Amino acid sequence: MSTAAATAHAVHAHHDDRSFVRKYVFSTDHKIIGIQFLFLSLFSLLVGGILAMQIRWQEGFPGQPMPLGKLLPETMASGGVLLPEYYIELVTMHGTFMVFFAIMLLLVGVYANFLIPLKLGAHDMAFPRINMASFWSAFVAGILMFASMFVPEGAARAGWTMYTPLSARHDLSGSSLGQELWSISIIFFGLSSVLGSLNYISTVINNRAPGMTWFRMPLSVWALFITAILGLLAVPVLAGAAIMLLFEQILGTHFFDPGAGGQALLWQHLFWFFGHPEVYILILPAMGMVSDLVANGSRKPIFGYHSMVFAICGIAFLGWIVWGHHMFVSGMNPTLGSTFMVSTLLIAVPSAIKVFNWMGTMWRGNIQFHTPMLKARSADCRGSSWPRRRWTCSSTTPTSSSRTCTTCYSGAACSRSSARSPTGIRRCSAG
Amino acid sequence: MTWWLPPQASTFAAPIDWMFTAILIITGITFVLVEVGLVYFVIAYRNRPGRKAFYTHGNTRAEVIWTAIPAVTMVILGLTSNGLWVKIKGRNSVPANAYPIGVHAKQFEWWFTYPGADGKLGRVSPELIQETVNPTGLDRSDPAAQDDIVIRNQLHVPVGRPVVVMLTSEDVIHSFYVPQFRVRQDAVPGMNIRVWFEATVPGTYEVGCSQLCGMSHYKMRARVFVHTQAEYDAWLQQEAAKAKGASTS
Repeated sequence: MSTAAATAHAVHAHHDDRSFVRKYVFSTDHKIIGIQFLFLSLFSLLVGGILAMQIRWQEGFPGQPMPLGKLLPETMASGGVLLPEYYIELVTMHGTFMVFFAIMLLLVGVYANFLIPLKLGAHDMAFPRINMASFWSAFVAGILMFASMFVPEGAARAGWTMYTPLSARHDLSGSSLGQELWSISIIFFGLSSVLGSLNYISTVINNRAPGMTWFRMPLSVWALFITAILGLLAVPVLAGAAIMLLFEQILGTHFFDPGAGGQALLWQHLFWFFGHPEVYILILPAMGMVSDLVANGSRKPIFGYHSMVFAICGIAFLGWIVWGHHMFVSGMNPTLGSTFMVSTLLIAVPSAIKVFNWMGTMWRGNIQFHTPMLKARSADCRGSSWPRRRWTCSSTTPTSSSRTCTTCYSGAACSRSSARSPTGIRRCSAG
Repeated sequence: MTWWLPPQASTFAAPIDWMFTAILIITGITFVLVEVGLVYFVIAYRNRPGRKAFYTHGNTRAEVIWTAIPAVTMVILGLTSNGLWVKIKGRNSVPANAYPIGVHAKQFEWWFTYPGADGKLGRVSPELIQETVNPTGLDRSDPAAQDDIVIRNQLHVPVGRPVVVMLTSEDVIHSFYVPQFRVRQDAVPGMNIRVWFEATVPGTYEVGCSQLCGMSHYKMRARVFVHTQAEYDAWLQQEAAKAKGASTS
């Protein structure tokens, strides 16, 4: 322990001669990148939230002038009254910002970057420069998407799912540059996600501290790892589809145009092949974190650690093969509908295992009422949420129970890990 | 249990609502049990001075039980649900005596084609579509098309008789949805999709487009009139006479 502390001190004493830009802007430090993702996702959350409030205004007071609505240009709201085309833009951009830029960046970009190296005892990500590129392509994607709301003819108007042919043909949707910017932004977003996923997977496989075996990994890292694999399998399909859509919009190809031999449903298959795994890309990191928080807050190891890991894998695999349940009434072959229905129902099984294991973890525990635990329990309640603040349990670790150390990251993981790695693990074994 | 759902007006409505209610009850009971357990655990095992947690890593038997019960429940639900699905949407589910009606969707209106006296719909072809003159692309050279009647935004169907809707779309994806019939089917350009139902209660309902289809999606709707067979025949004759008058004048 003393050697480790001495090493840490030496590292601190070393003067960091990187410039401000290298350190905080174009940084390769996973923690800085995590924080950058955090601000980008919070900004997107703000944008998505403001759009949602406008949707709510229209629903609550249709045809009434919206407060501050006069600030909007005449192409969006006439005398403060929202126009129908602007309403469709609101719905489209709200969905886009929330799904792609708020939740996905928050749950994957922020937590995977910040937590994976810390929790595994790695010095940084496997590919720090690729990690930086991942953030900056997400940044470009976000800027393009934001800018698309202010171009002539307005933002994309085909819903966040962008069903073709509505999204592909400007004469049908009434929006041109906005639609194209949507496609371009999603291509950058896909690039960011692929680079990020590659990094998370490589880091988990290669950069674990000695002694951090697979089945000692915290469940939050397991969840982020499986999420990254799922992302790598799903997001490139979306990016590919967005490239096809862009070609359709600006080069006049006919991938989705039945009049010229294309297939309108092709887009739906490609989109949902991404879109459904996306649901699990968003929920799995939250589930992983809830697992760790519930274990910590109950002062017990997680109940059924191995079955939790297999449940994560099961949810991810099933989540990857159920996309057709978004297309039951799309005109797809009804027999396919049956298979997608069965695979969709099956997801209830691993999901139930997770919820029951959380319950099992709390059973006969010593339940704490600190904020992370309150958040985790409310997530347990609602089945979908995530602890927003004070996500790491190290700030609230060891108090009374002699077992606290084993519970602070996951039941199986940290107590036996070596103490030479930074922050999390050292703190844990010190407790 | 169905008071908060739309009125039931087709043969599909009761079994679908039953399925919905069954799933709601099963998941509702699970939800309440889990919540009660959660609240109980939070109170019973709360942190008090001197309290120590019970140390355990898990219990295989408990894991097996709470894996098996949801699995069995899901298999039963899946089989029941699939039986209903095949009956409603299966490839061979359309009854042989179903009365055909053509439904053509375009931004932002519905065009309905009725088969006239011969009970057969004529051929349609997208190349023949002409604004106002031939909005559905009906091929008038087809003998079956001679007496077909094309009407905008009004769906008339006889009660107690299976009706098969032949869905087409001209531009983007629309969706044919009559909540009271519990029938929903997308109309996809380039595809001819059949969907059937049997209305059980005469009355007036509404077709809403349930797939975002552009700027005026919100006003893309049509009236549905469910008549008795006699009323329906009278209405069809009257429309046929009107159509004839229009074509001769």
